[in-house]
Amino acid sequence: MNPQNGSGMPVFMIRDLTKTYVMGEVIIRALRGVNMELFSGELVVLLGASGSGKSTLINILGGLDNASGGQVLYKDQDLTASRDKELTIFRRNNVGFVFQFYNLIPSLTARENVAIVTEISKDPMKPEEALELVGLGERMDHFPAQMSGGEQQRVAIARAVAKKPSVLMCDEPTGALDSKTGVKVLEVIQTVNLRLGTTTVVITHNEAIGKMADRIIRISDGKISNVSENKSRVSPGEISW
Amino acid sequence: MNALNRKLLRDIASFKGQVAAIAVIIGSGVMVLILFATILEAINQSRDRYYQGHNFAHVFTEIKRAPESVSERIRAIPGVSLAETRVKAPVRISVEDFKDPVQGEIISIPDGRQPDLNRLYLRQGILPEPGYLNQVLVSEPFALAHNFQTGHTLRAIIKGRMETLTISGIVLSPEYVYQIGPTDLIPDYKRFAVLWMNRSALAGAFGMEGAFNNLVLSLHADADEQKVIEAVDHILAQYGSVGAYGRRDQTSNRFLQEELDQLRVMTIVLPAIFLGVSAFLLNVLMARIIRTQRQQIAVLKAFGYTNVQVGLHFVKFTALIVCMGSALGVGMGAWAAHAMSGLYAEYFRFPEMDFGLQPATVVLSILVAFGAGLAGTFRAVAGAAGQAPAEAMRPPAPERFSKGVIEQSFLGKVLGQTGRMILRNISRYRFKTMMSMLGISLSGSLILLGSYQFESVNHMLDVQYRLVQRMDISLSFNEPVSSNAMAGLAGLPGVHYVESYRSVPVRLSHNRLEYRTSILGLDRDAVLRVVVDKDLQPVAVPPEGLLMTSYLAGYLGAVPGDLITVEVMEGHRRTLELPLAGTVEEPVGISAYMDRPSLNIIMREGPAISGAWLLTDETSHDQLFARLHQMPQVAGIGVISTAEANIRGYIEDTVLIFMVILLILAGSIAFAVVYNNARVAFAERSRELATLRVLGFTRAEVAWILIGEIGLITLLSIPVGWILGTGFALLLNHAMSSELFRLPFVLSPAIFAFSALGVIAASVLSLFFIAGKLRRLDMVTALKTE
Repeated sequence: MNPQNGSGMPVFMIRDLTKTYVMGEVIIRALRGVNMELFSGELVVLLGASGSGKSTLINILGGLDNASGGQVLYKDQDLTASRDKELTIFRRNNVGFVFQFYNLIPSLTARENVAIVTEISKDPMKPEEALELVGLGERMDHFPAQMSGGEQQRVAIARAVAKKPSVLMCDEPTGALDSKTGVKVLEVIQTVNLRLGTTTVVITHNEAIGKMADRIIRISDGKISNVSENKSRVSPGEISW
Repeated sequence: MNALNRKLLRDIASFKGQVAAIAVIIGSGVMVLILFATILEAINQSRDRYYQGHNFAHVFTEIKRAPESVSERIRAIPGVSLAETRVKAPVRISVEDFKDPVQGEIISIPDGRQPDLNRLYLRQGILPEPGYLNQVLVSEPFALAHNFQTGHTLRAIIKGRMETLTISGIVLSPEYVYQIGPTDLIPDYKRFAVLWMNRSALAGAFGMEGAFNNLVLSLHADADEQKVIEAVDHILAQYGSVGAYGRRDQTSNRFLQEELDQLRVMTIVLPAIFLGVSAFLLNVLMARIIRTQRQQIAVLKAFGYTNVQVGLHFVKFTALIVCMGSALGVGMGAWAAHAMSGLYAEYFRFPEMDFGLQPATVVLSILVAFGAGLAGTFRAVAGAAGQAPAEAMRPPAPERFSKGVIEQSFLGKVLGQTGRMILRNISRYRFKTMMSMLGISLSGSLILLGSYQFESVNHMLDVQYRLVQRMDISLSFNEPVSSNAMAGLAGLPGVHYVESYRSVPVRLSHNRLEYRTSILGLDRDAVLRVVVDKDLQPVAVPPEGLLMTSYLAGYLGAVPGDLITVEVMEGHRRTLELPLAGTVEEPVGISAYMDRPSLNIIMREGPAISGAWLLTDETSHDQLFARLHQMPQVAGIGVISTAEANIRGYIEDTVLIFMVILLILAGSIAFAVVYNNARVAFAERSRELATLRVLGFTRAEVAWILIGEIGLITLLSIPVGWILGTGFALLLNHAMSSELFRLPFVLSPAIFAFSALGVIAASVLSLFFIAGKLRRLDMVTALKTE
């Protein structure tokens, strides 16, 4: 596999990954043996219906959750064998997260919401730089309550990329936004991917978003059902839903 | 059970930690209310029943000697209902196998029958039979202290003659509910006795046939007590009266009244603190629950539940917590009242005292708790009831934050993002922050108050027994004797040093205010009885004029240089004017002091003394007491170390127990406030905290945001607690200042440290309970919820 935008080096190697939850008396098999790689610098869209297991997968890749079986290698680090402390360091140094509901700290301004991450990072960009990158240079001193949903999500992206992560995980980043605002957010994600070369995973159930990816990985019933490559990526501005 | 009520029970179950913490505080409030109200009621009722059923006199007076015929003139005073003449005398008792001197008072009763006034409650045996000279009744606490039964005998020195007396009965008297020796601060049942004897026998022993030296009166309901007292004094003046006084100045009744006054304060203050704090905690909890249940409320309303039904649902929530707290409080209150009853029964001797819970007290306490609970939750509940369904369906608007003053100062540059979050959260919820601080600082102030009280009492005793009273033994004589007697005392076994004193009963007045006390005449350069100023430095008694305790000077409105009218109540009974030479600070008692030779001159007497103070070798006490017993003029022998040990024991019994209870209750307030706030903060911010964990913050870093906020509030509350506590201590000081003693206002650094440590310990304990929650913080679910 040699995706256009990737360097060809796998960042993640995932082998026979399983995840089983026990919810009360019901056992849920969220992942039933996932095998895949993610390559440096590529933009992957993970497509699946709700309950397909895509969030579980991204949670394990992002070091938020433990696998029940199989192996996840991030470069040389075996995440499946890592304990909470190691996973925290892994997240701190390597992963940027963007959430569906932004998850900004309401008591901090945009600049401070970014700074809260840069303060604990090794070689971050300046919060102002990150906010310029997402087009919010003018609104740095606003509190979340003073911003629209799209603006809040762009702050969240700035926060995720400010530490210069090697992977950016976006879980339904447009899920809470209307399509016009959603496109703006996707543009920002694309800019980050192209300019910084950050390996980017976007989770969505929205087929249209797949057009902006290097690769589309479809997941259903806890397994990868299909992987396809886009010959040419479409700019988010041309996508609509 | 309908679905809404089932929801209620499940909601309560899911908030069990907070519900329990609040219920404990409500329970504490109900407990202290029930405890103090029950004791107050029990003592009040016992006293009223006792006084009424046993004809407790209204007016009392002592005289040197008056012929019985005078009593007719007394009975003729308008307003007097009954007048009873008595013979009353000091007595020294020796009890087999008990080496310390025992002092007592012996009072006459009409031969073979109960007195008309101050009737005795016969616990055991019979009244002395008429015609028997050596039968006595003894007071119950004294009998119990020495295991006396009817038929036992004891030996007493009456007017210098040793008599063997047989106990015919064991009694209680309304005159001696608080049975305390004339110079004691607290009861010593082993060393102070009250005896009753047939009038003819006692009059015979004291040469009082056809005469009396003690008179008690009861008054008609509409009588003017002051006028009666004046009339009595007028009639008895020529017979050596020391002045009549009412119940207010009767020793036992005065102690009882002071206790009741203190209980009354406690009954209001402590429950108010606890129920106030619980109202605040309920407010926080209910506001939180209603916030999270906005959509549920909206759904209920959308399906047709009325505003009243929704409001009532949350009122029931509050009511259930109050019920749990009340049940706990009633239980603990009943237990505590029972536990305290022994203590009160030990010091206040009533024929019976019922510490059972009165239904009215219980109902009142629960109503007060409900009132506090509903007042605390009213706003939140009204908000829920009035909420429009459509509005409730939408998520609440994001909370607005702003930069505060602190951040605009230089501090803003130093603060990291977590520091900012902490500060902004604190200033965003100013009311909650302030109430939390108030709760925690109240807890700190109660801890301070508890330890202050203990230290202050100890300091007072240290001053009294280390600085003021330095003698080992205090002797008083039946009548003033010549100071030549001192040489004889100095030669007694084990006596190292002797100092004498002259004590004269007087009525001091200034600006129409008057006070009955004694002038104590001290030897020049006295070292065994020292008068100290407010810096605890010894003050020399000036050769002219009076010294008095500043409390007394304040009472009389006199300042140094003023002339004080001194009415001498002994001997020639002259009235003269003496300048106030200065004031002294003494924690115990109210006295005036003079140079003894000057006092002798005023009394127009030679170098007379009323008693002596001895420094002794304790190993020779047995021989010394044996010799003193043989000296007829010695009326009383006081062993200072015993008195000190007694009062320190009493402090341990009462103040220490009370302090421990106060500390536990105060600690529980800090715990409940911190725990409740931390739980609410945790619940409301779990998403924020989970986000930070996802962003790579460690548990410790995330915990810091929560702990930092709580810690900051706790730390800020500590000095507030100090200030409040100091205020409370001042109030307590003022409330407890009495003629008996004044607590010194001493606040050592240790007290402040103790208060701070108590608050910190309670906070740390509650954070310990939250730590488990933080450990289980679920990042994944926190992110998925809005």
